[in-house]
Amino acid sequence: MDMPRSGVRPVEFDTFSTPKHLEHAAEQAHKRNYQDFLIVDVDSHHYENESYAEVFEYIENPIMRRDAIDSGGRSTGFLNTQIGGQSMAGRIIRNKGRKLEKGRTAKHRDIGMTLDWMDSMGVDYACLFPTPMLFLSAHPVPEVEAAMAQAYNRWLCERVLAHEPRIVSMLYLPFNDPDAAYRTVQEFADKKGVVGFMVTSPRYKPVHDNAFMKTYRLIEESGKVLSFHAAYNWDDRALGMCNRFIAAHALGFMWFNMVHMTNWVVNGLPERFPKLNVMWIESGLTWAYSLMQRLDHSYLMRTSDCPQLKRKPSEYMREMYYSTQPMEMPDDKTLMEATFKQIKADTQLLWSSDYPHWDFDLPSTIYDLPFLNEQSKRNILGGTAAKLFKLDTKPVKKIP
Amino acid sequence: MAEWLVGKAGDLKDGDRKVVTAGQREIGVFHKDGQFYAYSNTCLHQGGPACEGVMINNVIDIINPDRTYEGQKFGDQTHFVCPWHGWEYDLKTGEMVGDRKQKLRKYEVVKRGDDIFVVA
Repeated sequence: MDMPRSGVRPVEFDTFSTPKHLEHAAEQAHKRNYQDFLIVDVDSHHYENESYAEVFEYIENPIMRRDAIDSGGRSTGFLNTQIGGQSMAGRIIRNKGRKLEKGRTAKHRDIGMTLDWMDSMGVDYACLFPTPMLFLSAHPVPEVEAAMAQAYNRWLCERVLAHEPRIVSMLYLPFNDPDAAYRTVQEFADKKGVVGFMVTSPRYKPVHDNAFMKTYRLIEESGKVLSFHAAYNWDDRALGMCNRFIAAHALGFMWFNMVHMTNWVVNGLPERFPKLNVMWIESGLTWAYSLMQRLDHSYLMRTSDCPQLKRKPSEYMREMYYSTQPMEMPDDKTLMEATFKQIKADTQLLWSSDYPHWDFDLPSTIYDLPFLNEQSKRNILGGTAAKLFKLDTKPVKKIP
Repeated sequence: MAEWLVGKAGDLKDGDRKVVTAGQREIGVFHKDGQFYAYSNTCLHQGGPACEGVMINNVIDIINPDRTYEGQKFGDQTHFVCPWHGWEYDLKTGEMVGDRKQKLRKYEVVKRGDDIFVVA
């Protein structure tokens, strides 16, 4: 009997390669013709802790540098950490797999590994953020946050951004030390690949503190973006009531950005810095939809609480930028459509993957939405980011 | 429908699996506790390689008769997990365990002599 030939392969766990892991993503990229238009990922990550031996050498203060190097990057040493893992008890295999991966040859391992997943997904440019350092905002010593921020930013600029034009970043702002935050903008605003500055959100210094005004002004003058990257802090008193990671994560990634956004608006910061581009990262979308309605409702009764505002809170919020991931996917797509309309997705929403984290999103999460036309898809997937980050709009990826 | 050769039954040991390319489709073929199962290798979530992740039993919350929480244990239901985002599927049915209305496409597995085929 003449049987059709079939390709058969085993499933192996003792090797790992990102192009293989993301083979289905590359298939999606080809099927949807991503090679024809620009895709920019405004929120992706690397594991900077794997390069701590290099990063620590950039710490200026010799006492802290010795402390950091002596700690060897242990979770109980120089730096703080958070409970909760990316691997979901081993269900997500790429975390362990990356230790087995060689990646393509590049000036730095992080460049090679980043370009590997970018090409597989069809991404032209990616904005790269750290991973464990998202929790550095909770470090009890502000000087350590400032020293690590400076060291990491210098390391990233010299070892990664200087060598790879497809990788950009919004650099870490040490927000617990307002003067250090200001100096960060002074030092790095003109560096290659720096498209903005990032505040990691789980922190307790309010955004309307007068100490930050000079920093906002400097960022506004530079034309760069100020972003608030969400994260959780399980030590937060409210989140501390959660006993499962899913709860601390789901709430935490919205909670801190909701607080910062509310303070940002009711204190009139959009009026004080009208040209400052502000972006809210990794809180999903429904929080903004909800908060706009909530603040508008209260504002119309309590306008004297926020006398700097000349319009409703939602109107200011609609002029800010939002990253997509982790994009909620309700069964009823009309809810999504309403959310997109509410935040003016055509011009204010920017696709993000969050890769390689456990809840990453592919470009198809946007491209396959039935209520978006082709131009809207392209705006969200890269066009708006290209304008904001001043990137060349010619696609440069090489989908495998 | 055609029968696509997976291989010799003896080559697919209990607990093992293979991915078969059948034309434009990828199908994961599992051998577990003497039974063969075959499902689409495209996750219903974002299209990840659903059949290529870890296999792990279901987790159960232990609730006492007085409704208090006692702890957790593994159950006896085998799941396979999409390695991209952790969507878990019931090996026996292909149902997504968080929402059993969603199912991976299931394929028939037939044995002819020592050979295993998937019908697709």
